[in-house]
Amino acid sequence: MGEDIYLRQEKLQAYLERTPFASFLGFRCEIMGDEMTAILPFNEKIIGNPTIRALHGGATGAFLELTAMAQLFLLSEEAKMAKPINLTIDYLRQARSENLYARAEVTKQGRRIANVHAEAWQAERSRPVATLNAHFLLSDD
Amino acid sequence: MTADPDFFDLIRQYAPNIINKVPYAKTLGFELVELEPGRAVARAPYQAETIGDIETGIIHGGVVTALLDNVSGVSVIAALSEMKSTATLDLRIDYMRPAEVGRDIIAEAKCYHMTRTVAFTRAWAYHETKDRVIATASGSFALNPIKQFPGDSEGEG
Repeated sequence: MGEDIYLRQEKLQAYLERTPFASFLGFRCEIMGDEMTAILPFNEKIIGNPTIRALHGGATGAFLELTAMAQLFLLSEEAKMAKPINLTIDYLRQARSENLYARAEVTKQGRRIANVHAEAWQAERSRPVATLNAHFLLSDD
Repeated sequence: MTADPDFFDLIRQYAPNIINKVPYAKTLGFELVELEPGRAVARAPYQAETIGDIETGIIHGGVVTALLDNVSGVSVIAALSEMKSTATLDLRIDYMRPAEVGRDIIAEAKCYHMTRTVAFTRAWAYHETKDRVIATASGSFALNPIKQFPGDSEGEG
């Protein structure tokens, strides 16, 4: 980690503020040193099942994808966000109409490709609602 | 995949709700454009709010993820031959190329196998034809027997 972590934090926050899709979801994050917890505040528009008031799988998936990208950006020195190559989302439990939290861990960071694992939860950290495994292309072009 | 045309008529009435009446799909502007047994096609419009990269104007990958998830779920419903609820077990997405700026994204899904408890899907996101695909997806869905399809506001969890 060559670049100052606090500078990376600022750059990440600036990126999130000017990215329409992050604002659209209401995505925000709390950064503690090189660790980050992402928050998706509950909002009616991310409901996927109005009858049981469950969140949409696509919203949970997009949130995990953004979390992984943000954590990767925090730890890298790239000027741009990494691009997803592929990702797998496992849906473990129904996500209720509450805030959703997530953390991501960079499993391996190579020169061009990184592998990231992320988990999303609600009331209990030990009961994840969904997990993500993804490969990203670090923008080096 | 469905043998009973009467049952598919019921699905034809119910399936559009999964896209048209679901808040998240509605905000993203998703629209069901085709439905046949075991196959569904949906469209996501290009919207300024869903841009992921302001320098290029390219839509965020998360929108493609949501569209592929949604249309895959609909293809499962379209393959049913009895009332069942569906819940996504997992979804894998491969991103081939970025979506082009200012263009709608089409996604087509096929439910290619179904057991009593699990359904398997493949899906493609593209602008015009599957020759230049933006992303592909493969998914699996858990099936549970239900007495009837929920009212007019049911969606996908």
